[in-house]
Amino acid sequence: MTAATTVEQPNFFQAKRGLFSWIFTLDHKRIGLLYLYSVGSFFLVGLTLGLLMRLELLNPGKDIMEAQTYNQVFTLHGVIMIFLFIIPSIPAVFGNFFLPLMIGTDDVAFPRLNLFSWWLYVLGALFALSTLVFGDGPADTGWTFYAPYSVNTTTNVSLSVMAALVLGFSSILTGLNFIVTIHRLRTPGMGFNQMPLFAWSLYATSWIQLLATPVIGITLLMIFAERTFGVGLFDPSIGGDPILYQHMFWIYSHPAVYIMALPAMGIVSELIPTFAQRTIFGYKAIAYSSMAIAFIGYFVWGHHMFTSGMSGPAAVIFSILTFMVAIPTAIKVFNWVATLYKGSIVIEIPLLFALAFIFNFLIGGLTGLVLGALAADVHVHDTYFVVGHFHYVMFGGTGFAFMGAMHYWFPKIWGKMYNKLWAGIAFAFVFIGFNVLYFPMFILGIMGMPRRYYDYLPEFHPLNMISTYGSWILAAGIVIMIVNLIVSKRKGEKAAANPWNGITLEWQTSSPPPLHNFDKMPELPEGGPYNYPNAKNA
Amino acid sequence: MNASNFVEGVDFSLYLILAISVFFLVGITAVMIYFLFRYRKKNNPVATNISHNNTLEIVWTVIPAILVLIMFWYGWTGYRPMLKAPEDAMEINATGQMWKWTFEYPNGKVSDTLVVPIDEAVKLNLFSKDVLHSLYIPAFRIKQDVVPGSEKMMWFTAQKKGTFDILCAEYCGQLHSYMLSTVKVVDRAEYDNWLAAESSPADEHPGLTLMKRNACLSCHTQDGTRLVGPSLKGLMGKTETVIVDGQEKEITIDREYLLNSIREPNAEIVKGFQPNLMPKLPLTEEELNQIADYIETIK
Repeated sequence: MTAATTVEQPNFFQAKRGLFSWIFTLDHKRIGLLYLYSVGSFFLVGLTLGLLMRLELLNPGKDIMEAQTYNQVFTLHGVIMIFLFIIPSIPAVFGNFFLPLMIGTDDVAFPRLNLFSWWLYVLGALFALSTLVFGDGPADTGWTFYAPYSVNTTTNVSLSVMAALVLGFSSILTGLNFIVTIHRLRTPGMGFNQMPLFAWSLYATSWIQLLATPVIGITLLMIFAERTFGVGLFDPSIGGDPILYQHMFWIYSHPAVYIMALPAMGIVSELIPTFAQRTIFGYKAIAYSSMAIAFIGYFVWGHHMFTSGMSGPAAVIFSILTFMVAIPTAIKVFNWVATLYKGSIVIEIPLLFALAFIFNFLIGGLTGLVLGALAADVHVHDTYFVVGHFHYVMFGGTGFAFMGAMHYWFPKIWGKMYNKLWAGIAFAFVFIGFNVLYFPMFILGIMGMPRRYYDYLPEFHPLNMISTYGSWILAAGIVIMIVNLIVSKRKGEKAAANPWNGITLEWQTSSPPPLHNFDKMPELPEGGPYNYPNAKNA
Repeated sequence: MNASNFVEGVDFSLYLILAISVFFLVGITAVMIYFLFRYRKKNNPVATNISHNNTLEIVWTVIPAILVLIMFWYGWTGYRPMLKAPEDAMEINATGQMWKWTFEYPNGKVSDTLVVPIDEAVKLNLFSKDVLHSLYIPAFRIKQDVVPGSEKMMWFTAQKKGTFDILCAEYCGQLHSYMLSTVKVVDRAEYDNWLAAESSPADEHPGLTLMKRNACLSCHTQDGTRLVGPSLKGLMGKTETVIVDGQEKEITIDREYLLNSIREPNAEIVKGFQPNLMPKLPLTEEELNQIADYIETIK
């Protein structure tokens, strides 16, 4: 790939101009960027709400808002971060942009459906935002919408569940699109076992999106029917069963955790071999463990309900299955670390994010074992221990992978290099702030502070203060990072087509890529997707 | 001595898993950092493509599998005894409602704190009047969701005298974090005395007793502070705007309005307050009048 070829072809930014050329585009790269700007905006909204919550919890009693406001803020924080940021984040942004490039094709299988998914996302987002302006304001139920509270509250639960329903369809269609794309559009010669691991992780994720999301759709419609028409489904005062709701909710929402986590694992599986400049260790183990996690992940939802009065045998089965998910996850971590062995490691920002991912995700995953153990879970269930756990997995894991991917592919998307000094400063703030923010929550949980508490007992004060200070450090890091990326996009140095000496196919085209991705057929590396030609063969 | 019979099993599983976790976290992080410097480009200019090693894959599949089964086992053995209370356990009914716990003893005594004798098995039969709650005693390491429409139970043997917090762990609306109570562990003699004593001071207004028992005061204060419901202070004779079928109407609060508002809480909501929060209470006419009598005294 020489500079001469990139000059001749206009890149996908230059191919067409104007607002309509973006919002009605069928180009997977532009749709990926539409998602980037939309999920990025909602991330900032969710982040702001999170900061407000932490500020309220700085001291016991009222700091800045009333209890009811706080309850609405944490609900909106959860709904936005889960449905509008983290579920679409990596698949819809980087999956859309890079899946076709990495498997050497010119687009996803159904470009119109892809555009439709983004429009559904926008519609769902509008539903979610409209809860702010009507009636009694946003829902105050928590993102879990547990019945019967969600059936009775006068806040805008119906609109919120409709938002989640529409967003669910967006997610289903993206999953469907990726499955067909992976099956049908791989470049000639690329078998499933020559696919990059990011594609494997998207494949596993897409099956969950396709098969599990309809369950949340019907569950939310049932809440809607109950609120609107008084059909007794979940509220015992009209003949319903609140435990049924919990089962139905978690049958989706636990697999959804893997919708959030698996693509992040795929990102890490790309970053480590690139910066170690050697082949991934245990390709098949990593690829198949994604499928194993997706499969077992369907059958563990009951671990969210150990204190709901579940029978002994059910508790035993859900606990054992939950522990089984830990095994393929551990396999991935060991293989990533082994990939550093005898590498020729170049320490760049994306690698730091990948290693920070492993550290944070280990903490998130290992504390998950505590929650899977029946006796320990009884104590820490519904406490800050859980809040710490899932933020380590979701933010420390998926969030860090997202930021790593953002830096890794930044030169490919925009053809510019980010400022590495400021990126490093931002990384340090984010990593330290994140851990100061969330680690105290484990101790608070073991001490017995329940979650979703507007106010708390005096013994919980010091750790809550530390946590709030952490939120400021983290937010500062995020601001530095975003400013750095925006400035670098405008004024950064021009980046080479393959600045990291990456081996996957997206690095064979120019930066930014041309409209149809490749000017000439990409060449598959000899002997496997990560078989670096300049490394020794063992 | 531990505060309850469950502390040992819960803490053992918790700290066993945390210990194994710390070992792996520190170990993996250390190896990662070591590799990062040992195999930097400067130290190792040419990488080696090592594609896999089946022995290693088996080792790091089997060892975690054994470890998680051990974790499961101690989780289960600590949890199993919680499922069934001893036959001779003393039973107390515990009721959760927005936002108050009420405990009813076999002799009819009603209390908003839990008092139990030391070293005796106590079984709580759990009921909810409205939404989900979860009775959580961190010091005893026990937690059980309280589910409307069905009866749940939890049990424990308190092993240490003292007063411990009772919290609500399942989100239940506006004042969830204020749904607090305590459990007081005393010796048998003190317990018997407490149980025999009248639950309220003899000179307490019967209307006040009823209001305490029905958790009215969780939302309606007597000192003018505004919570989810209007304060009762100086309520009689006040002029308020109420919403009737969506229309605003100005009224003067009198005894009839008060009685109707307890019978049909959503019929005439004072403007600025939310409907559907106050439950209909199964009160007799006599009890209704006692409550109204008492509210008239709060000037």
